[in-house]
Amino acid sequence: MASSKTITVEVDDVSYTDNVEPRLLLVQYLRERLGKTGTLIGCDTTNCGACTVHLDGVSVKSCTMFAVQADGHSVTTIEGLARDGKLAPLQQAFHQCHALQCGFCTPGMIMQSASLLAENPHPTEQEIRDGLEGNLCRCTGYQNIVAAVQAAADGTVSSNSTLSADSDETETAGVA
Amino acid sequence: MTVTEVGRARLRKEDAHLITGRSRYTDNITLPGMLHLAMVRSPFAHAKITSIDASAAKSSPGVVAVLTGADVAAQQGSLPNAWPITPDQKAPAHPAIAVDAVAFAGEVVACIIARSAAAARDAVELVDVSYEELPVVLDLEEALKDEVLAHPDLGTNKSATWVFDSGEAGTGKPIAEALDGAEVLIERTFYQQRLIPAFMEPRSTVVDPTGEQITVWSATQIPHILRLMLALTLGIPESKVRVIAPDVGGGFGGKLQVTPEEAITVLAARHTGKPCKYTETRSESLMAAHHGRAQVQKVKLSATKEGIVTGLDVHLLADMGAYLGLVTSGVPILGAFMYNSIYKFPAYRFECTNLFTNKAWTDAYRGAGRPEATFAIERLMDELAVELGVDPLAVREKNWIKHEEFPFTTVAGLEYDSGNYEAATAKALELFGYDELRAEQARRRESNDPVQLGIGISTFTEMCGLAPSRVLGALSYAAGGWEHAQVRVLPTGNIEVVTGSSAHGQGHETAWSQLVADRLGVPFENVEVLHGDTQISQRGLDTYGSRSLTVGGMAVLAAADKVIEKAKIVAAHMMEASEEDIEFADGKFSVKGTDQSTALGEIAFAAFSGHNLPDGFEPNLDSDATYDPQNFSFPHGTHLAAMEVDTETGRVTIRKYVCVDDVGVVVNPLIVEGQVHGGLAQGIAQALYEEAVHDDAGTLVTGSFVDYLVPSAPDLPHFTTARTETPSTTNQLGAKGVGEAGTIASTPAIVNGVLDAVRHLGVKDIKMPCSPSRVWAALEEAKMTGGVQ
Repeated sequence: MASSKTITVEVDDVSYTDNVEPRLLLVQYLRERLGKTGTLIGCDTTNCGACTVHLDGVSVKSCTMFAVQADGHSVTTIEGLARDGKLAPLQQAFHQCHALQCGFCTPGMIMQSASLLAENPHPTEQEIRDGLEGNLCRCTGYQNIVAAVQAAADGTVSSNSTLSADSDETETAGVA
Repeated sequence: MTVTEVGRARLRKEDAHLITGRSRYTDNITLPGMLHLAMVRSPFAHAKITSIDASAAKSSPGVVAVLTGADVAAQQGSLPNAWPITPDQKAPAHPAIAVDAVAFAGEVVACIIARSAAAARDAVELVDVSYEELPVVLDLEEALKDEVLAHPDLGTNKSATWVFDSGEAGTGKPIAEALDGAEVLIERTFYQQRLIPAFMEPRSTVVDPTGEQITVWSATQIPHILRLMLALTLGIPESKVRVIAPDVGGGFGGKLQVTPEEAITVLAARHTGKPCKYTETRSESLMAAHHGRAQVQKVKLSATKEGIVTGLDVHLLADMGAYLGLVTSGVPILGAFMYNSIYKFPAYRFECTNLFTNKAWTDAYRGAGRPEATFAIERLMDELAVELGVDPLAVREKNWIKHEEFPFTTVAGLEYDSGNYEAATAKALELFGYDELRAEQARRRESNDPVQLGIGISTFTEMCGLAPSRVLGALSYAAGGWEHAQVRVLPTGNIEVVTGSSAHGQGHETAWSQLVADRLGVPFENVEVLHGDTQISQRGLDTYGSRSLTVGGMAVLAAADKVIEKAKIVAAHMMEASEEDIEFADGKFSVKGTDQSTALGEIAFAAFSGHNLPDGFEPNLDSDATYDPQNFSFPHGTHLAAMEVDTETGRVTIRKYVCVDDVGVVVNPLIVEGQVHGGLAQGIAQALYEEAVHDDAGTLVTGSFVDYLVPSAPDLPHFTTARTETPSTTNQLGAKGVGEAGTIASTPAIVNGVLDAVRHLGVKDIKMPCSPSRVWAALEEAKMTGGVQ
């Protein structure tokens, strides 16, 4: 096999140093070496976006980067988005707006949405749709995903956002 | 007050782990000593395998073993087809790993077993397979001629021919009378292009052969059916197989299958004695996971000059692809009962010829037979309206079943229990602004606006709640259509619900909790729903055909009712009253006419301790129920699409989409709405975007998401959805099912709308998907042939 290279990457606030094959994709490194299985693989052509993570705060498709390219960088995955046991507003918004069904596109969708809102904190519906163009969902028809991003942008997400399943008591009036 | 969970927009219990990355999809599983598989697949659509040299692959670093078809010929059996639609149905043997020949590009010819997924993938390139290419048959009309055979050994491409004739069945008049005496005869051929389910989670299987039972984790919709079929196919006692469907990333019928890859992973695990994992790439998934639709529909509709339909004749060619999968052959039959849709046709004949081709096999895809049928009839109703020069809604109204005519036995022999097409249509028209849009359409036509407006209508119904076991038996399906549930009352009074209906995004955990919370009068949070593991949920028939709530949900309610009956006996004993005097409401058992009462939790603990129970009472309240529906359920609705067509570029845009669905009583409006949205997206995708395209050699051209156009967010509009509620009278809840409605209804609405925009320019039909190039070509052709008025 090809020679390996030592990399140091900060992932979800923890620093890791590993020997990796140069051909190892970042997503494979995250899933197979670090056990960060929250980040998922849905295709092999960079179309679906299920593997979207943040590299130094900006969304990237982790199937389109080699792990060695992340050397010296900081990666945030869906597993590192919640802080101090509190869901990030987008996570809460996805829950509140029923923006997920099977959940497979969800990690990538949330990470891409976070990047989108960082660039454009108050997007229009069309800007949200365009901003999510690189992420495929087969369950929701996108309507509730768009609503969730809008809710997160508008700050209309419930603040009762803990990681425990108890948050599921919340009742919503439904999504128009 | 009684808790009313049913009807409440509860947020989903399922979400917490999915939004935080604590998911349990099959590919996330790692077991000690686990080996990884990669498949060697045929690049040819039809070929003899003359030799396989795996020696280089076997000595590749990290490779543990290579399995060929010859290696496992004695163990692998033939993958199952559970629906022999006629006694003389022909089907080729279906080995998981091809032995002598391959019949579609992508078929597995060998399996690499290695210490890492990368090592397995590397070794795929090193397997030297020699093929002798054979001629391919790809087109249905060609297949019908039997000149080139997909399976030369079978001697024909025809698998079976299945006929329904209302004259013979006694459900209507003979079709010949209607066609012969027709005042108006509409004759058309529609093409249902081949689609790919394209669930987001690629299929994945992990098999642990250590221990007493073989444990199979798989991205499947059908853990129970898979367990039985793996056992039968591979000759393993069923009791030695445990199947777990953990988090499953979508199915849409595409994971309603017993796949070669699942069987191979079991074979590999047994061969090595080690846990084995196989996860397909997306390219493999698009190429080799089963496809859907792929039919040619030759249809004739006869009517009076007043627009009353007198007969419908359907002649179908259905593409099986290269093999018969689990229900491949039955998919067109599910459509056979739906061509007459919501209408009162007096005569109907359906004939379907199932044909083999050298492509991936087809099978269930969201709607399975019913979208095809609905498309044909809704296109025909528009064609009839055009022929008569009347509004397409008027033609539909003239022929549909009136709300006061239910229950209504249709010409296809089904009894529709309830419906109100007038109400759904009226609501849809109001939300849509039908008259205003018609006026705008007229203005744009008059001004020769380059962007023309069209209005597409689809009034639909479907048969859901698959299915009454006796009906399935009459249709030669191998299994029943019941569902099983168990309600367990824990000593603390908390409830565990075990359901045989295995969810993969549908929200069963939330909806079933609502059902049981209402029925037993316990808090929603105190109900835990378990599913998807044959060791926990011993019996079940899984999730497909919009059956979960209308069949599985009813089993849950029946089990809950048995719990109440048991608890009443204990309550009577505890309160020293007679059983007849015990009343149950809001989670409390009380003695009629007194203020004495006992809560379910107290009874649960008494039943658990067993210290003081009536003589002969078994110390627990747990109850099982198996529910077999007496009839299907028939959701319906009216969908309206305002379509803009740029006549200079062929670009199609959805200006407005309104749908009013009647799915009966709704348990959770949030979940129902989500199902409708997702269904619409898939139906619209058939109309405008998706098609599995093969080249002349039978190679899939649309082999990645670059070419197979699953719509993304900017490709779809904001939908306006609403409901009417006409309860089903078949089940106690009044629910009808919602999983497939959007997909079934939206395809014809969109295509009718596109055609309505350009029909005045001489365009008569456009094959799906109505891509810009197709629409533009149709407009150009109309110009050439003098279609422009």
